[in-house]
Amino acid sequence: MSRREHKTMSAETGKRAAITIDFKAIGPFVALVVLFILGTAINEAFLSSGNLSNIFTRSSFIGIIAVGATFVITAGGIDLSVGSMAAFIAGAMIVVMNGLVQTLGTGIETVLIGIVVSILLGIGAGAVNGLVSTRGKIEAFIVTLGTMGLYRSLVTYMADGGTLSLDFAIRGTYRPVYYGDVFGIPMPVLVFLGVAIAGYVLLNMTPFGRKCFAIGSNEQVALYSAINVDRIKTLTYIIQGLCVSIATIIYVPRLGSASSSTGVLWELEAIAAVIIGGTMLKGGYGRIWGTVVGALMLTTIGNILNLTDAISNYLNGAVQGLIIIVAVFLQRGDWRRKKN
Amino acid sequence: MKKNMKQLLGVTVALGLGLVATSAMAADKIKIGVSIPAATHGWAGGLNWHAQEAEKDLEKAYPDLDFIIVTAKNPTEQANDLEDLVSVQNIDALVILPFESDPLTIPVQQVKEAGKFITVVDRGLSQPGIEDVYVAGNNSALGAQAGEYLKKRLDGKGKIVVLRGLPTTVDDERVEAFNASIKGSDIEVLDMKYANWNRDDGYEVMQDFLSRFPKIDAVWAQDDDIALGVIEAIKQADRTDEMFVIGGGGMKDIIKRVKDGDKLTPIDVLYPPAMIATAMGITALKFETKAAVEGRYILGATTVTPENADKFYFPDSPY
Repeated sequence: MSRREHKTMSAETGKRAAITIDFKAIGPFVALVVLFILGTAINEAFLSSGNLSNIFTRSSFIGIIAVGATFVITAGGIDLSVGSMAAFIAGAMIVVMNGLVQTLGTGIETVLIGIVVSILLGIGAGAVNGLVSTRGKIEAFIVTLGTMGLYRSLVTYMADGGTLSLDFAIRGTYRPVYYGDVFGIPMPVLVFLGVAIAGYVLLNMTPFGRKCFAIGSNEQVALYSAINVDRIKTLTYIIQGLCVSIATIIYVPRLGSASSSTGVLWELEAIAAVIIGGTMLKGGYGRIWGTVVGALMLTTIGNILNLTDAISNYLNGAVQGLIIIVAVFLQRGDWRRKKN
Repeated sequence: MKKNMKQLLGVTVALGLGLVATSAMAADKIKIGVSIPAATHGWAGGLNWHAQEAEKDLEKAYPDLDFIIVTAKNPTEQANDLEDLVSVQNIDALVILPFESDPLTIPVQQVKEAGKFITVVDRGLSQPGIEDVYVAGNNSALGAQAGEYLKKRLDGKGKIVVLRGLPTTVDDERVEAFNASIKGSDIEVLDMKYANWNRDDGYEVMQDFLSRFPKIDAVWAQDDDIALGVIEAIKQADRTDEMFVIGGGGMKDIIKRVKDGDKLTPIDVLYPPAMIATAMGITALKFETKAAVEGRYILGATTVTPENADKFYFPDSPY
């Protein structure tokens, strides 16, 4: 969907525009429902509460990161560093918490300090990406490609090329953050939901969100409209960093470890979730709920492939790719209009 | 301008002298290049650690040896490294753990043609006769020993799931030997999926196996990183009493569990990253002693049990 088309659509009145927009908005949901039907047809175990809970819980890492990516992409930017940033923050958290065992013990204080460290690092890393790309006037693609390599190397260095493991006693204290639940809903899912709601409010109901749309649509016009473009863009990267740190906070208690293979290609999955959800890669338009559904779809495809042995293992990637393309095609919307 | 030229000339001469000096110094030393994959996953991390430890130990024992370790992220980078080792560093011998067999066969052959001593580790080259020394772990034995243990432990009857690594020859050799060893028994492989030698993938694939199969007697993860993910998934599903997990490699976390008698991980099969140290040691002997070293060395795939785990537990290693 090009930017021009989007504009004409919003300018249009009457039911045709309404129908198109409606279909666009529900497109990802429809695709997800189709996937769920496919999953159930392949294996009854798909709909078991355990499996559904697995899907939602697993989606939450990529999903939370993708909510942040929705802001960056909507404002016309891109952040390739999120995967290695997650690995680096996870590593730093583990090192800090292990180091505090001697002085603070293995109680809740140690975990809280670890969480604070994570948030500070996330905000800091986001600010670096944002400031270097805006003030330094370097393409975000290059800046974040650079920081991607930087964080990946740092975590490898911290771990001596091996794996950083969280102290077992702290694991016990920290464990409920991933494995716990409230009224049967797993903690990561609740956090994901909270982040998504906050993201939705911020993007759709505040001046900040509107400014993101404006900058993504046309940076020059936004600049002439007295929008502090550099500031808003930097803030989107800070939001992205914060989201990465939140995702890391719930990731670390899962396996209690970080290594150089942690979070590999998460950036690609996050960006894919955003685009599948209907946000435009070139910016100007973003949709948080679409992103949430996009993340769920990616996880569901992987899950379905694990639940069957009908497809050769060697072809998993091919099936994944096809499903993503078909899903995005189905929700594009304008293939219907040609018939009118 | 003239002054600048003079300065420039001075700097150039100084640099030239410096170069001559260093190469004269280096000429006294025997240079052994070591080319290995970068520490991008647990096992390779162990490999890097053992290579550095061996460098320290061997250079201390033989002061006239100089090891140069270079790491590569992919086969192309490794081929470039080999060119640099020969033309820039002017090595006398090469110890290499090839990223992949096929793309590195020709580059290693070129090093051989330049008259260097070649030691190949772990992944063999596609053409015979290039290397002087070959040191390897035993992937087939790793698969076979896991299979034998499963047969014995399950009395030749049961349902198991298998988590594979990445689609490569290493993985194929392990799985083929495993399949051969359980052939003829009543052990049923419910399914095999790739977990990419990655902890997170191991966790997720195992979660899906657990929701798919109501009864699983054992898991062959064939790698300790995958095994750690599998263990967390089993714990989360609260099915720890139902099954056990066999990994592979010899990661300290798993060896520790075996040592402590954890029921979930009764054994581990070694595939030691320390094999790089073996290869470096053998290459050093070639230059330092009159020992005959040319040939093939296949390390055993030792089964680690609670009784012998102490010998294989290296708390300082990153792997």
